[in-house]
Amino acid sequence: MSIEDRVIAIIASQALLEPSDIRPDQTLEDLGIDSLGLVESIFAIEEAFDISVPFNANDPSDSAFDISSVASIIRAVEGLVKEQARG
Amino acid sequence: MKRVVITGAGTINPLGHDVPATLEAMREGRCGIGPLDIRDVDRLAIQIGGQVRDYDEHVHFNRQQIALYDRFTQFTLLAARQAIDQSGLRPVGELANRAGVVLGTSGGGLTTQDENYRAVYEEGKNRVHPFIVPKLMNNAAASHVSMEWNLRGPSFTVATACASSNHAMGLAFQMVRSGMATAMVTGGSESMLCFGGIKAWEGLRVMSRDACRPFSANRSGMVQGEGAGVFVFEDYDHARARGAEMLAEVIGFAMSSDASDIVMPSKQGAARAIAGAIADAGVPKEAVGYINAHGTGTAANDKTESAAVADVFGRHADRLMLSSTKSMHGHLIGGTGAVELLACIMAVRDGVIAPTIGYEEPDPECALDVVPNVAREAKVDVVLSNAFAFGGLNAVIALRGI
Repeated sequence: MSIEDRVIAIIASQALLEPSDIRPDQTLEDLGIDSLGLVESIFAIEEAFDISVPFNANDPSDSAFDISSVASIIRAVEGLVKEQARG
Repeated sequence: MKRVVITGAGTINPLGHDVPATLEAMREGRCGIGPLDIRDVDRLAIQIGGQVRDYDEHVHFNRQQIALYDRFTQFTLLAARQAIDQSGLRPVGELANRAGVVLGTSGGGLTTQDENYRAVYEEGKNRVHPFIVPKLMNNAAASHVSMEWNLRGPSFTVATACASSNHAMGLAFQMVRSGMATAMVTGGSESMLCFGGIKAWEGLRVMSRDACRPFSANRSGMVQGEGAGVFVFEDYDHARARGAEMLAEVIGFAMSSDASDIVMPSKQGAARAIAGAIADAGVPKEAVGYINAHGTGTAANDKTESAAVADVFGRHADRLMLSSTKSMHGHLIGGTGAVELLACIMAVRDGVIAPTIGYEEPDPECALDVVPNVAREAKVDVVLSNAFAFGGLNAVIALRGI
């Protein structure tokens, strides 16, 4: 399973949707994921990829982790996996 | 001052998953204590407890709810649903603003703490689930009840160890009686039957390895239980106007502090709370026909409690009944007073006095009618429920039939 598929599976499970219902341009808000759902998704991503996600719930826009859409989250996770595997 | 009535009751505890099953077990003198079914039980010196059996959280809650609800919160929500359903109360508009929830617990989300300490210390994990704090906090149960039922008035959690529920219910009573609230959801919950929870209690060496035998000369200590009891306390006029069924009337409450020792009980402190509840109810002490004892089955509590009752009631102590239902459901710590209030309701409503089971040998230091082993039919007017906590904090509630 690709990183993209795994991230989509995590987001879908949080949104109580099928992975096939998730589109890359959707935001978490579109999917009905609230702030608690977001931190739970980030936790699931950290567990799934064994990475540390730099995300500050006090100021999400200031975080290096771009959560503006499903596609941006996938790109960010791909970047972190590459970076932290190297490190 | 307003009169205060109980218009709903709910529970889940070692004797049953609702009020009818619990009262039936109490009538039959059934024991809900048995071998503990928990992780690492083989490393415990104490291997018995009053567990809630045949319980599957997935039957009642979805995955997202389970991520937020510790077992003590789950028990609370289930008991609250039963109580509020029975009461028929639907908090909307101004009524919602004048209805709140005050609950007792001692350990709160102790199971959640225990599991996550394991994860980070024993298993060496460096990350825990993000909801651990909102799941383990002691006020989680009260907050979720408030959210589920739109209770927007005074709401908080009381932690006074073994007296938590009685303190919570006493405060709820005072709020309705004073006119501060129209209805209050109140009671308490506990779920400490996890490895760390029992290990801590073992250290005190007050736990029995075989059974809880309150007031019996051969008693060997307390046995822990788990579960919740939740009630709706309501302004009598409000309940009457909407035609609600009334289970009992709450007529008095008193609390006191021993101000002496962190674990040893004091006869004077207990006696002041008992006498205070009777005075608050404005009834003669001879009106009291039954006391649901704190009756933990420890050497210290049972003789101190018996002496306190003898002091307060004098000659009438020989005519009243006093039983400890902890012999059946175990000591639910912060939830115990709530489950025990069910025995008080049964006494005034059905005329059935729950027994003290496991009673084998009279103790001259506990020479009262403890309703040994078999329930009894008796018509009683006023009943009391005692709770005397570690830390010397005492709370006694008085009920009457309606």
